[in-house]
Amino acid sequence: MSIQVKFFASLRETIGVADTTISHADSAGQAWDIATNKAERPVNVLVAINLEYAHFTSAVQDGDEVAFFPPVTGG
Amino acid sequence: MSIYIEQQAFDPWQAIIDHQQQSDLNKQFGATATFIGSMRDFNEDADVSQMVLEHYPAMTERYLNQLEQQARERWDLLDILIIHRVGDIKPADPIVLIACWSAHRRASLDACSWLIEALKHQAPFWKKETRQDGEHWVESNTDGL
Repeated sequence: MSIQVKFFASLRETIGVADTTISHADSAGQAWDIATNKAERPVNVLVAINLEYAHFTSAVQDGDEVAFFPPVTGG
Repeated sequence: MSIYIEQQAFDPWQAIIDHQQQSDLNKQFGATATFIGSMRDFNEDADVSQMVLEHYPAMTERYLNQLEQQARERWDLLDILIIHRVGDIKPADPIVLIACWSAHRRASLDACSWLIEALKHQAPFWKKETRQDGEHWVESNTDGL
């Protein structure tokens, strides 16, 4: 099992990692814990699974791309 | 329909002219509504000298395409053009252009307004400002102001 985990913007700088691969996770929240070594999760962190907004309780499967990032500020 | 992510500064007015000439709008459109967002040299009472705009490329593309599709389903539009900058940006540089063409004004005006709000809430872009006291990530957008 292989799950790609990405971090963006301020979260990438806080965690110190842009992109990593983990071997197992049942949910996005578990992917966070494994990829960050259980770093404290800021309350406003957003999560996307395979480029769609998701929840920390959302299921994760082999081959998924899970991304964590702060509130978006484009436009 | 056209969506572009630009790494370099762009001229939104020229982009509108070019798109209008190259598209198949012909003479059907009676209304063009545009929104151009530019970089201010201040934010939250601080001077801002420059900015870096980061994005999540694949997800940005997906969401901008989704928003454009939703706008087309909701309003009777002839065409949409969306351009968004990423990378290093200077004060007064355009950040985003949204242009909507329709036969009558209401569709293009309403779609343009909806598109910029939806983009700001959903498309994964992030701004990092350089102020006198260092670099700061912008933590949230102004809410419809």
